[in-house]
Amino acid sequence: MRLRLEARPEPSRLMAWLSPLFAVAATLVVGFVLFAGLGKNPLEAFDVFFIKPVENLYGVGELLLKASPLMLCAIGLAAGYRANVWNIGAEGQLTLGALCGGGVALALQDGGGAWVLPLMLVAGAAGGMAWAAIPAWLKTRFNANEILVSLMLVYVATLLLSLLVHGPWRDPEGFNFPQSRMFADVALLPNLLPETRLNLGFLLALAVVAVAWLFMRRSLVSFQMRVAGLAPDAANYAGISARRTVWLGMLIGGATAGIAGVNEAAGPIGQLLPAMSPGYGFAAIIVAFVGRLHPFGILLASLLMSLLYLGGEAAQINLALPSAVTGLFQGTLLFFLLAADVLINFRLRVARPAAIGAVRAAAGEGI
Amino acid sequence: MDAPARAQSTSPRIELEGITKIYPTIVANDRIDLRVMPGEIHAVLGENGAGKSTLMKIIYGVLRPDAGTIRWNCNAVAIASPARARALGIGMVFQHFSLFETLTVSENIALALEAGVAGAALDARIRDVSERYGLPLDPRRHVHSMSVGERQRVEIVRCLLQQPQLLIMDEPTSVLTPQAVEKLFATLRRLSSEGCSILYISHKLDEIRALCQRATVLRAGRVTGECDPREETSSGLARMMIGGELPHPRHRQSTTRGDGTLVVRALSLPADDPFGTDLIDIDLSLRGGEIVGIAGVSGNGQKELLAALSGEHPVAEAKAVVLNGIAVGRQGAAVRRALGLAFVPEERLGRGAVPQMSLSDNALLTAHRQELTAHGFIRPDAVRAFAQATIARFNVQASGPGASARSLSGGNLQKFIVGREILQGPRVLIAAQPTWGVDVGAAAMIRQALVDLRDEGVAVLVISEELDELLEICDRLAVMARGRLSPPKLTRETNAADIGLLMSGSFIGAQGVARADLSSAGMTDAP
Repeated sequence: MRLRLEARPEPSRLMAWLSPLFAVAATLVVGFVLFAGLGKNPLEAFDVFFIKPVENLYGVGELLLKASPLMLCAIGLAAGYRANVWNIGAEGQLTLGALCGGGVALALQDGGGAWVLPLMLVAGAAGGMAWAAIPAWLKTRFNANEILVSLMLVYVATLLLSLLVHGPWRDPEGFNFPQSRMFADVALLPNLLPETRLNLGFLLALAVVAVAWLFMRRSLVSFQMRVAGLAPDAANYAGISARRTVWLGMLIGGATAGIAGVNEAAGPIGQLLPAMSPGYGFAAIIVAFVGRLHPFGILLASLLMSLLYLGGEAAQINLALPSAVTGLFQGTLLFFLLAADVLINFRLRVARPAAIGAVRAAAGEGI
Repeated sequence: MDAPARAQSTSPRIELEGITKIYPTIVANDRIDLRVMPGEIHAVLGENGAGKSTLMKIIYGVLRPDAGTIRWNCNAVAIASPARARALGIGMVFQHFSLFETLTVSENIALALEAGVAGAALDARIRDVSERYGLPLDPRRHVHSMSVGERQRVEIVRCLLQQPQLLIMDEPTSVLTPQAVEKLFATLRRLSSEGCSILYISHKLDEIRALCQRATVLRAGRVTGECDPREETSSGLARMMIGGELPHPRHRQSTTRGDGTLVVRALSLPADDPFGTDLIDIDLSLRGGEIVGIAGVSGNGQKELLAALSGEHPVAEAKAVVLNGIAVGRQGAAVRRALGLAFVPEERLGRGAVPQMSLSDNALLTAHRQELTAHGFIRPDAVRAFAQATIARFNVQASGPGASARSLSGGNLQKFIVGREILQGPRVLIAAQPTWGVDVGAAAMIRQALVDLRDEGVAVLVISEELDELLEICDRLAVMARGRLSPPKLTRETNAADIGLLMSGSFIGAQGVARADLSSAGMTDAP
């Protein structure tokens, strides 16, 4: 007996939207088995993981706070992914954004006024775009694979930031810890809700998502990028530049990731550290796909992913589980989502010997 | 008149009774009866979408019928797979070949045969069969070095090696020069005389009348007639096929001279693709108010020339392509479109239209300069109105502007693409294979649209494999062979035989002679 995948004539649009829900359900089932296997009461563990973290206002604030960088990175990535531009390096672009935005804050020390934060955001976006421009240039000039280049640049970005906070930007009064000075008050995002850490960065993220929605839904440029992703020959035929598509796809992702980096530096962290993100840039890839590359879906998916981060922390504290549990849930979710997507486009068939003959004939005669 | 007598004296090779195939939206085959006698060349005639291909796929075991019976040599059979069909003795030559370009003829054939036959023994069999049927082939040659006609020979020989009793040919002449068509017919007649039945699928009425002994006509999934095509006129067959007269474009002698021009000077372009064709020293000029046709068997550089003209493949020398007086050789398609160029490509799905997108979106694809956007934002109402206008003006059968491109039949999508390009009011229009695989009614409409456009003063360039079509609508005709373009001739001073000779490359290396012809005909090259 052999299994084979057979393309479906018309993939269901309904199923395409439902598949993230199936993936979440399947992930919960795996979580259930996992917790039981680790000797925890699964229901209690679920409570700790998914309910307890958002039981109070502070928890909800944390949920929205952590969702902000995820939705920012994911929305920028989605703009590229819709055009088949595979930016995997949002984590590095986020790091460069934090580095450039934080650099502005550190350079101004206690000086400046209300214009400091906007300047930091612009600098951060520019930093993220500059970092994304490297794979874009290598792709358009030498046809270098943007997946590999953008991924490898993540590690370069992290080491660059590490170099600075270990060296020239190290806080002279910081007991030799590798961290910068704390930012001045004018360089910090104002708080939104008392009793929480939620700050203006969340509204900024929502605004970016709204702008992205308008851009994706109505702009000619976004339409042309989507054509380039769906049918490169049609794009070339209509005079849509493939180079411009790559550049835009990478730069949009870099800009939003850079803003997310500034949000982290000027928000919950308030200074520069060797690592500015617990993998938001990578988790955002999952967010983008779970959200079906659609702004509204990304909004919901970023909340889900944020809950996984919070639950993972709670599980470490209350259940004595390793921090890897967050990554495990993320991976499981992506795995099931991709599996569900395969089944949307293909159906599984058990191949009988006669059918194998048909496959062979089809291969021979192009049916 | 001997066919009925024979039918009584021998039993049919294959007999279909009440074959029905239902798809969710349409009945592709509705109770079809078909009977083919041994040695009979039987035409299956019908427009695109009439159900010919579905029926052939059922016979070849690719599809299973929902109802009906198939009797093979008087025994009821279920043909579950192409392998089963071949075991019964049914062979099929598809319209689109499926050969591996990097392999030799012999290797390609070995792949399709049952295991264990290869090497020198197979080479000998290939030579034997190919000589017997007048299909010269060198088994050691690589497929990529072969012309389309030669590749078709490989496909036919591959079928013949399995000694079929029934050979299905799907639109076999669409890739052949008139001379090659004659050779193919000789081969088919020889097979027929040896008792092999042939199902010949085509929409070319003259060919069917010249070759076939019986014809079954399909329309909208049903049999609408059965006849001896040798005793019918083309218009009689057309009536059965489309239920009306075969439309011909109204021809006026064009007097309007538009200001659009396209001039190609000494265009040479090495192919990107290792199996592509290099363009060599191409000269061509057309002006507003004329249709210039380029004939030739596809694969002789048409694809490369089109890409160079449309801007999909810019060339190094800016002056090699001059559009409306502006050197655009180095510019991409967007710049050329802004200058008034419109282009109907050969591939509809994936190039002329994005399959997954709606007709509205596909209108926006190239027509966004028609005030369908404002400040970079799409105006959905304007886009929908443009798509709706295209659908209405060109009689596109679709559920509306929201229908996806891939949900349309080939002919309807082609009408939509042609309409979209024409409604942009171009000064120069290039159309590649504008009626390829399009039903008779739609093809006539598209030709008429091209003629009307010419009459309005637009410069029109048509590249087509359908010589009859070119002779019908073009003012001047040139021929493409081996990456070169012959000097154009006035259509009224040439004929199919002349053009067929040029297709085989007779003008290459005899440029001087060709030019002498040209001047004696009193023709000057337009500026």
